Amino acid sequence: MSKQKVKIKADAVYYRQLNEQIRKSIADGATEIELTGVNGQRYIGDGLHDRVKIIMDGVPGNDVAAFMNGPTIVIKNNSQDGTGNTMNDGKVVIHGHAGDVLGYGMRGGKLHILGDVGYRVGIHMKSYKDKVPTIIAGGKAGDFFGEYMACGNLILLGLNNTADEPLIGNYTGTGMHGGVIYIRGEVEAHQLGAEVGVKELDAEDHKRLKPLLEEYCADFGLELDKVMDKPFIKLIPISHRPYGRLYAY
Amino acid sequence: MNHLYQKDISGCGLSGIISTTGKLIPAEDIIKTIRIQNERGNGLGGGFAGYGIYPEYKDYYAVHIMFDHEQAKEDAEDYIENNYIVARKERIPHRRTSAITVHPLLWRYFVKVRTERPDLELEDLNKDDFVVKTVMKINSEIDGAYVFSSGKNMGAFKGVGFADEIADFFMLEQYQAYIWTAHNRFPTNTQGWWGGAHPFTLLDWSIVHNGEISSYGINKRYLEMFRYKCTLLTDTEVVAYLFDLLIRKHGLSAKLACMALAAPFWKDIDRMPEDERQVARQIRQVYGPAMLNGPFSILFAHSRGLIGLNDRIKLRPLIVATKDDRTYMASEESAIRTVCTKPDRVWAPRAGEPVIVELDAGVA
Repeated sequence: MSKQKVKIKADAVYYRQLNEQIRKSIADGATEIELTGVNGQRYIGDGLHDRVKIIMDGVPGNDVAAFMNGPTIVIKNNSQDGTGNTMNDGKVVIHGHAGDVLGYGMRGGKLHILGDVGYRVGIHMKSYKDKVPTIIAGGKAGDFFGEYMACGNLILLGLNNTADEPLIGNYTGTGMHGGVIYIRGEVEAHQLGAEVGVKELDAEDHKRLKPLLEEYCADFGLELDKVMDKPFIKLIPISHRPYGRLYAY
Repeated sequence: MNHLYQKDISGCGLSGIISTTGKLIPAEDIIKTIRIQNERGNGLGGGFAGYGIYPEYKDYYAVHIMFDHEQAKEDAEDYIENNYIVARKERIPHRRTSAITVHPLLWRYFVKVRTERPDLELEDLNKDDFVVKTVMKINSEIDGAYVFSSGKNMGAFKGVGFADEIADFFMLEQYQAYIWTAHNRFPTNTQGWWGGAHPFTLLDWSIVHNGEISSYGINKRYLEMFRYKCTLLTDTEVVAYLFDLLIRKHGLSAKLACMALAAPFWKDIDRMPEDERQVARQIRQVYGPAMLNGPFSILFAHSRGLIGLNDRIKLRPLIVATKDDRTYMASEESAIRTVCTKPDRVWAPRAGEPVIVELDAGVA
């Protein structure tokens, strides 16, 4: 049995070799892997099933944690596009911003982002039995937030948002037919897709939000009270089959 | 290509660097930013544009031409010598490499327009117009000859290969520029050939592009009304000519030209303040056929600046960073970080919102 904590130097290592090294370390019994010098290597953590923690200080390439099923990945920097693509279980903590198509088709696990997120975040999110995915973004978001969302929790905090920049883009929740979007702040009617309605939070929502936000705050050393000092709104679908009649002539 | 060939899912990669104080940037920097994005290309096209690379001939148009055969070269040179004063003519320096084994003949000409030519007077063309006419004429009428660069104190270097292989082939390490752009191509709709690699240029405009322009047909026909001829079999060509038409010929600002290309939706125009709404309506009405449809991110460079622009629903990535006098733009943040580990600011511009960077006032 080799040691539990390992360090891998990723400087200019091609992604295939880097991911082979990661898999080999896990096979050899590593439970925590620290990657130094990561820059742009794709597919880190993809498809891994193990209860392993991977920490990196650089900016990984696209599709980090795709199809991931259990590990925890901590990115002490920004993340590019496609993070958490079709993720099944586990967690990704991003200490910077994240790019487009974050958590696409995700069906379990958690994505915690301290900063802004890009376009098409949480689109096609779903769930399976006890698996319910959650994305929490601390900054602002682009267009198509939660587009075609089927299940899960999508939470946008706008923590350091200034008044002159929009908290969220257009087409929010377009085609949404399940799950819930919580937004700390206001959304204008023209930013919403036709399939979502704005609701106030009830006791059930607060019960659901609290543990999720507590964990988020713990990851980044934030105070829950500060996060809760502004009212949230809730977006839910008006119909669970918005296109049920689309092809019914 | 053998029967085991599998389609690799990817998209083009691009990057650009500008020093707003006009400091010269070694080619090595731009090569690093595009090499790390090799994954976004497939080896069927790579290229660079550099501004400030020909200071000793800065008042001459630097015309880069690729020839399929000697006859094309003879025909093109006849035309050039009849119409231009040629200060220098030479093979574009390149070296034999293991990666690039087949290539066209590559020549460059530093030229000035012969002012006594009757065409200029008869058609009321200024010198830039005449160069545009020359590019269109050579590309459409001389079989096997393609002008791929025609600006002053700038040049494009491109071909079939990964961008870093093209850099090696063209010995790019011998150039320095205050603006660089680069491209790794993954051709989706048209073949990979030397003329179809990016950048696409005209005069000192150059374009690198990730995406596909589904409005190519209408854009091409619109440009034909203004005597632009699309000959390079790749959609991106229209973008270079559209910028030339809108900015140089019609006098639009870069911002308005970007608005014409990535026009806001009518529903968003309706919500604009009155004066902005008027402008946006008129741009859409006048320049409907110039609008680019389909997914794109482009970098558009010219002698005084660099512009990054996304399509209006952001179907392709674009990241911008600043550090001291430099602004970086790329498809991926990691590309920027290969040469700038601690940027002052990094952000993803919103859809359809151009990032316009110009040289500081007074920089020559």
